[in-house]
This record gives sequence, structure tokens and C-alpha cells, in this order.
Amino acid sequence: MIAELGHFALILALLTAVIQGSLPMLGAARGRADWMAVAQPAAILQVVLVALSFAALTYVYVVSDFTVINVVENSHSAKPMLYKVTGVWGNHEGSMLLWILILALFGSMVALFGGNLPPSLKARVLGVQAWIGIGFLLFTLLTSNPFLRVFPAPPDGRDLNPLLQDPGLAFHPPLLYAGYVGFSMAFSFAIAALIEGKLDAAWARWVRPWTLLAWAFLTAGIALGSWWAYYELGWGGWWFWDPVENVSFMPWLLGTALLHSAIVVEKRDALKVWTVLLAILTFSLSLMGTFIVRSGLLTSVHAFATDPERGFFILVLLLITIGGSLLLFALRAPVLKPGGLFSPISREGGMVINNLFLAAACATVFLGTLYPLFLEAVNGSKVSVGPPFFNATFVPLMVPLIFLMALGPLMPWKRADLAGVFSRLKLAGLGAVIAAGITLYLEQGGPILAVAAMGLVGWLFVASLVEWSDRIKLFRAPLGDSWRRARNLPRSAHGMTLAHAGMAVAAAGMIGASVWNLEEVRNLQPGESMEVAGYSYRLDGVEQLEGPNYLADRASLTVTRDGEEIAVLTPEKRLYPVQNMPTTEAGIHTTWVSDLYAVIGDSDGRGGWTVRIFHEPLVPWIWLGSLLMVLGGFVSLSDRRLRIGAPNRQAKAKAAPEPESGPGGHPAAAE
Amino acid sequence: MTRKHRRLYILVAALLVFGGAAALVLAALDENLDHFRSPSQLIAEPPPLDRGIRLGGLVEEGTVQRSEDGLSVVFRVTDLSESVAVAYTGILPDLFREGQGVVTTGNLQSDGTFAAREVLAKHDENYMPREVVDALKASGQWHDGEGGHSEGMTQ
Repeated sequence: MIAELGHFALILALLTAVIQGSLPMLGAARGRADWMAVAQPAAILQVVLVALSFAALTYVYVVSDFTVINVVENSHSAKPMLYKVTGVWGNHEGSMLLWILILALFGSMVALFGGNLPPSLKARVLGVQAWIGIGFLLFTLLTSNPFLRVFPAPPDGRDLNPLLQDPGLAFHPPLLYAGYVGFSMAFSFAIAALIEGKLDAAWARWVRPWTLLAWAFLTAGIALGSWWAYYELGWGGWWFWDPVENVSFMPWLLGTALLHSAIVVEKRDALKVWTVLLAILTFSLSLMGTFIVRSGLLTSVHAFATDPERGFFILVLLLITIGGSLLLFALRAPVLKPGGLFSPISREGGMVINNLFLAAACATVFLGTLYPLFLEAVNGSKVSVGPPFFNATFVPLMVPLIFLMALGPLMPWKRADLAGVFSRLKLAGLGAVIAAGITLYLEQGGPILAVAAMGLVGWLFVASLVEWSDRIKLFRAPLGDSWRRARNLPRSAHGMTLAHAGMAVAAAGMIGASVWNLEEVRNLQPGESMEVAGYSYRLDGVEQLEGPNYLADRASLTVTRDGEEIAVLTPEKRLYPVQNMPTTEAGIHTTWVSDLYAVIGDSDGRGGWTVRIFHEPLVPWIWLGSLLMVLGGFVSLSDRRLRIGAPNRQAKAKAAPEPESGPGGHPAAAE
Repeated sequence: MTRKHRRLYILVAALLVFGGAAALVLAALDENLDHFRSPSQLIAEPPPLDRGIRLGGLVEEGTVQRSEDGLSVVFRVTDLSESVAVAYTGILPDLFREGQGVVTTGNLQSDGTFAAREVLAKHDENYMPREVVDALKASGQWHDGEGGHSEGMTQ
């Protein structure tokens, strides 16, 4: 009964979306205010219906209703409650429903808080949102209905893939989807602006917070997924350039570009056409991210099971959305008036360079990810593009980007003086030398490129702080004065500093993890130990335990350094009997400078166990840096000027670029 | 700074960045591709020894031999018409089993064996790597439903 209600609510949501996608659009074209007004209640009704449907699916999971196929295939009565709930989106059908729910939530927020949007723009934005909704609702109802029944009902379910029964992965999909779907807002606004033929600073004021929100969620989602792969797969790696990772990374790269170019639209009324294109491309890549792995087009190390019948629907959906919006762009973009002028050496120029590098980096990832597909279509040969390709293309593009990232925030709008910028970066230069020096000392030489890379990261980190401390006159004015200045500084300035510094921290982690990690495999008898990177790992023993729905061999390894006990690691090898599937749980101890990481393999049958130890320098910094970036995103979002739904009414009237002169004669930086 | 100048500047910058990226891609594509081969293909046309190869197929029943210390393993990968001996050192993936589909990445050795630096078994036990399915089909050994590929997780 409940499942049928959920199904019914979903069908009603589709009908609502059809109304929301047609009447307000027509109303906006004909200037009928009453038709446009339909959009708002429709969007709210939409979210209520989808939420009902989602609640129904959650309910059948919680009570383990094994008359529903989806529950049978992805749940089990002995599964812990947390994973019963997260199992709702741990499968294809449920995750589509989650996608639609988030989309409807975003739409309802425009409906509720968009009171100060021009009525025609609001109607069109909600209309475009509804179009996206129609595509997804049709897809779900026609090919991926989660509410189908099975008769006779089996006594118990087949359980959720044990790899997904993990707190890290439980919240990875919702975050990732909130990011993907968040970019639909920028997309809807871009399409609406193209139809409208008008794009001004008020538009950018709306697009920016949504993009920022989506970006922060996507950053968190990617980081969480990477963290999960790190501790759950037991391979000691945190990023594999696997297609499924790449497709989530591409929208992140373009979304980061969009985040920056939207600032230029808002502040300087320039780069409008480019920003619209970025918004379209970012969301297109998000759609690909949702679909391409599931459609079975690409084999992936951790793909869900695939179904070619869905693939066709997906391809048509992608073609209509991406092709249609690009066609609209080609036809309507010339209508948008070009905006303010700027010199190549200026804040705007910096943003252009930022955008070029991010777009180029995205293009290399795109090529590397889709090239095998392309080649197979052309001559049938099967190749795979592995990490070496991405290391040779993506990484070199990041080097100039990180170098220039230090300069951008120090440059004023319109025209900047490069010599002045560099003179303010003396301290950052010193930071670079110190970071390289420390690396050189600790690693006794180390690969020279890696030492230089650490220097580059030090440069960015200090430069991010320099810009911030200049603005609050840290150590140049009394501390109380600096504190007052810091409190008056726009939140977005703090946010930018956090995000840029976070990028530096994360980059340091990535360099450290890829250059200086050590790996050693040994067969140990209980009592024996092995030495890795100055730490000694002693296998104390292996015991068998029983979890709620699994059996495990848990090893106990005592880690000592110079005779002093550091930690006890307890890596496990689990067997989930329902799916007859073994999984690995790594034992990790972090010193915050490096991770001590242990995995156990098989017993040799004579009391010995295969033990694999990884020494992972700086890996914790990757998560720390990502956290700083996400935090930066949310701090920026809390900026009064950016508060969702409250764009500056005055600025809306006219797209007047604000005069910029910051404290202390420095041009106001950091937006 | 006129509009024309600015456009020119952006164009030049874009050409430089994208041209550089394209050059990097072209250079990298040449060297860093792993080509997929089935055992039959590997035997019929041995590739150059330095070429990265992904060898896919089933782990032949009864061929898995572990070394004394349990760290190295030798097994045969088969597409049910030909098979190739594979040597690997390290911990095998959780789902590595005889009869199970695997994809191993590495190089062919001069003695005709295959040195793997990575062994992948898929995470879902119902799931068969698509390339392996194709290889089995090519060798005429694929029977529908054998891998349980399209049942299981999907409806």
C-alpha cells in the first residue's frame, strides 16, 4: 500500500512538472502574470509530492518490506538500521529518486525565496527546472521504478553490497548529488537568461550563491568518496583516475571556473556569454556524472551493475539537454550585450586565466575518460587510460594555475600593476623557500620536482594568508584594530582565504601521498614484526569475530617507534555471508603528518598472515584541505550580500559595477 | 584597451593554454595507454614487451599456486580456448577466486608469461567485466546468463 502511494505520488509529481514546465513559460512569453504565477505553487507541490514518494521508499526499507523488488535486491533484515536507511539511495532506482528530491528542493527554494526576482525570469527558471524534472521523472518511472512488487515475496533480501555498508559511503551520494543538482540552478538561470535575452549583475547575484552551494557540496562529496576509497578498498590509494571518479571531478573543475567567472559578471558586468556557456557545460557534465557510469558506457572499477536498456534512454536525455541548450546558446548568445573592459593584467584577466586553465584541465580529464569509448567506436580496439596519462597531462596544467592563484586575489579590478603584486608577495616567496627547504631536509634530497612542487604549495599557502592579513593590517595595527577589521571584512573574503589556503593544504597532501608513499608486503607469524619508514609493526595475533551481518578476521598490530608504542592497528577481513562477499577494512593510525596504514590478506594455513603496510605521508592533509575548502564555501555563503534569496535590491535595478577601493588603499580583494 | 584588443588577448591566451594541453594529451596518449587483450589475442599476436597490456579473462580452475611465503601467486587466465600464465606479487583483491573474471594489468615477458602489476576483480560478484564478456564471446565460449551479468542487481 505504502509503495503504491509512493509510486502514485511520483506520477502526480510528473504531472505537476508538466504544468510547471509549460504554463509559466508560455505566460512569460505572452506577458500573462496569472500564468507565470502558477510556477510558484507548482514548485512547492512538486517538492511535497516527491518528498512523499521518497518517504514511502524509505518506509518500505525501514520495515524491510520484501514484497518490493528494490528492497529485496538491496536490503536484508539483519542489516543495521543506518544502512537500511542509506540503502534507499545505495542502488540505482533509489538514487534517481534522491536526485529528483534534491532537484525539487532546489526548485522550491527559488519559489519560496525568489520574491525579488523579476517575475518573468522567475517563471522561466522554474520552468527550466521543471523540464529537467520531467526528464528524470520519466526516466525513473519508465525504466527505474523503485516501487515494483515481487510475487511471491522472498523470505529475506539479498543485502546491500557490503562495500556500501559504511558511514563514509552512506553520505557520499547525497552530498555528491546535492552538488550535481545544485549546478542545475546555474543551468536554469542560464537558459532563462538566454530566453529572456537579458543578463545583468542581478542575475549573477542569484547564480553565485547557488553555484557556491553546489560547489561546496560537490567538494565535500568528492572528498568523502575519496576518503572512503582510501580506507575501504585497502589499496592505500585515495584517487585512481577511475571513470567514476573522473565524471564527478569534471563538473567540479568547470564549477570552480563558473564560481570565479560569475564574480566577474556580478562585479564588472563582463564575461557574460562565457559564464552562460560554463553554466550549461557544468550542468551537462553533472548529468554525465550521474549517468555515464550507470549507462554501462564505461567500465569502472566500482560501477554498479549496468543495464543497456537504460543506456538508450540516458543517451537521448543527454542529447536533448546538452544539444538543446547548446543550440539555444548558439542562437541567443549574441543577444547578450558585451560588458565592461579590462586590461589583461587585472583581476578580470586573472579570472580569465583561471578559467582557461580549469577548462583545459577539464578537457584533458574528459579526453582521457572518453578516449577509450571513442577508440572502441572507431576501430573496435580496447584500451584503457590509466593514471600515468592523467599525471602527464592534468598535473602540468595545475602547476601554473597554483602559481597564478597566489597572484589573482592581490590584483585590483580593471588594471593591475604586476610589480606591485609581486612586491606584496615577498613573504610568499619566503614561504616557498621554507617549504622546499623543509622538504629537502626531511626527505634528504627527494625528487627535485617534488621539492619544487612543495615550494609552490608553500607559495600559495602564504600568499593566501598575505592577502587576508594585509586587509586586516595584521601586526601593522594594534591587534584589537585588526580584530575589528577582520570582523568588518566581508564573509566572502574570509571564505576565499580559507578555500585558497585549503587548496594549498590539500595539494601538499596530494604531492606527499604520491611521491613519498611506501608499501611493503610480508608474511608474518604472530609475534613477528616488520619495519616500514622507521616504524615497527608487530603482529600480535588474529582473532575471529562476528558482526551484525558479517564474520571477520581481525588482526592486531602493535606499532612502535624506537621502542615506544605508538598505536595498535586492527585491520579486518570481513565476509558478508548473504552476498558471500569478502571486504577489507584497513587499520589506520594518523599522526597528522602521515598515516600508518595496515591491511591483512590471507592466512597461509600455517599460522602466518599476509600483511601489507603502507606509509602514507601527508595524506591526512588532503582531507584537512578539502574540509577547509568546503568551510570556505559555506563561510562565503553566509555573507550577507550573498544570502540565498536576498540579492541586493538596489543592484538589481541597474547593473552598476561597484566602485572598488578597499581598506588601506588596497583595492578590495576577495569576493 | 579596446574590445578588439581584449578579444585578441583572450584568444591568444586560450590558444596557448589549450594548445599546451593538447600537446600534453598527444604526448601522453602515445605512451600511457593500456591495451586490452584476451589470452587468445595475446598468443596470436604477441605485443611488444614494453607495451602496457590489460589481460582479461577467467582465472582457470586449479591453476592458482601461491609461493611459500604466501606473497607471490601464479595462475592462468583463460578465455576458455587459450590461457596465459600470470605472475603477481602482493595481496590479491577480495573477490579473486578460481573461475572468477579478472583483469590484470602488466607486461608480457619474453618467456611468454605475463607479469601483472595490478589484479582487479570486480566488486560485485554478479558482475563480469564487460571486456571479459566480450573476450569470452569472441572465443565462442560465452553462454547467456553464465556470468549472471544482467540479473542480480538490476530488475
